Amino acid sequence: MVLQYHIDEGDFVNAGNASSAVKRILKQLDVPAKMIKRVVIALYETEVNVVAHARKGEIEVVIEAEKITISVQDSGPGIPDIDEAMKEGYTTASKEVREMGFGAGMGLPNIKRNSDALHIESIPGEGTLVRITNELRD
Amino acid sequence: MKQTESHTGFHHALKVVDELCIGCTHCMTACPTQAIRVREGKAIIIEERCVDCGNCCKVCPVSAILIEQDDFQEIFSYPVRIALVPSVFIGQFPSHIKTGDVFGGLKNLGFTHTVEIDSVVDLVQQGYDDFVKNPDCLKPAISTFCPAIVRLIQVRFPSLVDHLIGVKPPSDVAAIHYRKQMMEQGKKSSEVGVFYITPCAAKIASIKSPVGEKKSPVDGVINMEYMYNKLLHLIMNKEVTAQAGPDNDKLDSKKILWSLTRGESAHQQGRSLAVDGMRNVTEFLERLEETEESHIDFLELRACDESCAGGVLISGNRFLTVERLNRRSGELPKESTEPLVPGSFDKSLYSLEKIEARSMLALDPDRARAMEKMNKLEELLKVLPGIDCSACGSPTCRSLAEDIVQGKAQPSWCIFLQELYIRDKRLSLEEADEINGSIWGRERDYRSQSK
Repeated sequence: MVLQYHIDEGDFVNAGNASSAVKRILKQLDVPAKMIKRVVIALYETEVNVVAHARKGEIEVVIEAEKITISVQDSGPGIPDIDEAMKEGYTTASKEVREMGFGAGMGLPNIKRNSDALHIESIPGEGTLVRITNELRD
Repeated sequence: MKQTESHTGFHHALKVVDELCIGCTHCMTACPTQAIRVREGKAIIIEERCVDCGNCCKVCPVSAILIEQDDFQEIFSYPVRIALVPSVFIGQFPSHIKTGDVFGGLKNLGFTHTVEIDSVVDLVQQGYDDFVKNPDCLKPAISTFCPAIVRLIQVRFPSLVDHLIGVKPPSDVAAIHYRKQMMEQGKKSSEVGVFYITPCAAKIASIKSPVGEKKSPVDGVINMEYMYNKLLHLIMNKEVTAQAGPDNDKLDSKKILWSLTRGESAHQQGRSLAVDGMRNVTEFLERLEETEESHIDFLELRACDESCAGGVLISGNRFLTVERLNRRSGELPKESTEPLVPGSFDKSLYSLEKIEARSMLALDPDRARAMEKMNKLEELLKVLPGIDCSACGSPTCRSLAEDIVQGKAQPSWCIFLQELYIRDKRLSLEEADEINGSIWGRERDYRSQSK
């Protein structure tokens, strides 16, 4: 099953739509609650990242019997130093975004914590591809 | 009385009375867990989905949803007969009726002791404090006060069951505490009957099939509506012979409001929040599942609008009930510093066992088959009209699609698809009549004036 979602910069109101929809499907597939939680948190954080930093992003979610693969391609500023960005507390979020309660520098670390495999490719000035893969079996 | 769809061992307090039900869909669309379908012109309740919140009962235009109760005469099989009285019971009586008449009347009706449940909330609070102190306690910790909420989380939010606080609700704690008190006075446990005058269906279900305890400490439940009628009749006819207060006088300005919205959350350490009403609670729990709101320490969730004052068995207006309780609270002494019982919260008596999830959302226990059904469901959603008219006998287009992939309904049950099928000559008018009869009932004449 393949699902696609589109996100726009600054649209915090709709950040979370993709994770809600994916959550509902995983529940109906009887995926263990703890695994659903990891997927949903990782996806939600990714959605927020795109809304906060990138101009727009396309999410593709592929659900198979054994695993879920989430790919998010954005056309944002890119991440110059991925290792640095993975550190807790590292943030480039604007004051405006931080005032809204986002951008505390926990996004990427949180995504990593909640994914079985995380792959990030980034070209500064062009955009970032985040691919999260989680197992769906105990 | 109609049998529910399958026998699953869950005891429910809500039953559809076939003779009264007109198959109108009000209950079905009000149900927060999509537990109702209309078949053959009657509502049926799907046992494993029902959480006994009573929303169906509140909206039924013909009072066809019955709330079960124990026979009042059962109290007389015990020499000691304790009435557990929630504070909202007093709150629903008009202001000119004296509290003394209410408690006196309960004695006239046959109870030997009357106690206010909310007197034990200090004990419950001690349990909460103990529970949240544990570093393994997941935040936000969710109150187990409301039994409909506990069941809602079990069936719809399985990932949140571990957030539930393992402390028994005040009605159970009161039952255990006051029974113990009687036994200390030399009574045998078997001589003591504890009866709970309850404002809601979920409490009845939780006593008949408890969650997190092997057996309920309450011996019987008395429907509050029934008790209200009996008492008011007695009071109106001036047949109350004794003016009496409750046999425990431990209520203070805080305890009396415990069962109302913010009754618990207002007294918790750290950040807390209260949500009432099934729709609001569901919306909040959906959010909680997606974004960890771990900065919130305590969540008070209540199924009914205005909490227990809005219980399905409350006769008075819920807002007036709240106002009366608030006024009474103002007349009571400020929060007492004196603990109700010496010593601390006894875990062996007042803790709940681990509450297990029992999700009812899975399309199939087999993953591959569930995937197939999911794909089919998505395809169905594209052709169904999406207006949720519920004429197919399922509450929404989505639930019809779920029923279809589970083999419990057919696409032709949708009146819009039916129209298409007839036009395409894939379905005859007679066949359509047969289908509609199997949903809406065969004897019903839609042209007649009496619905």
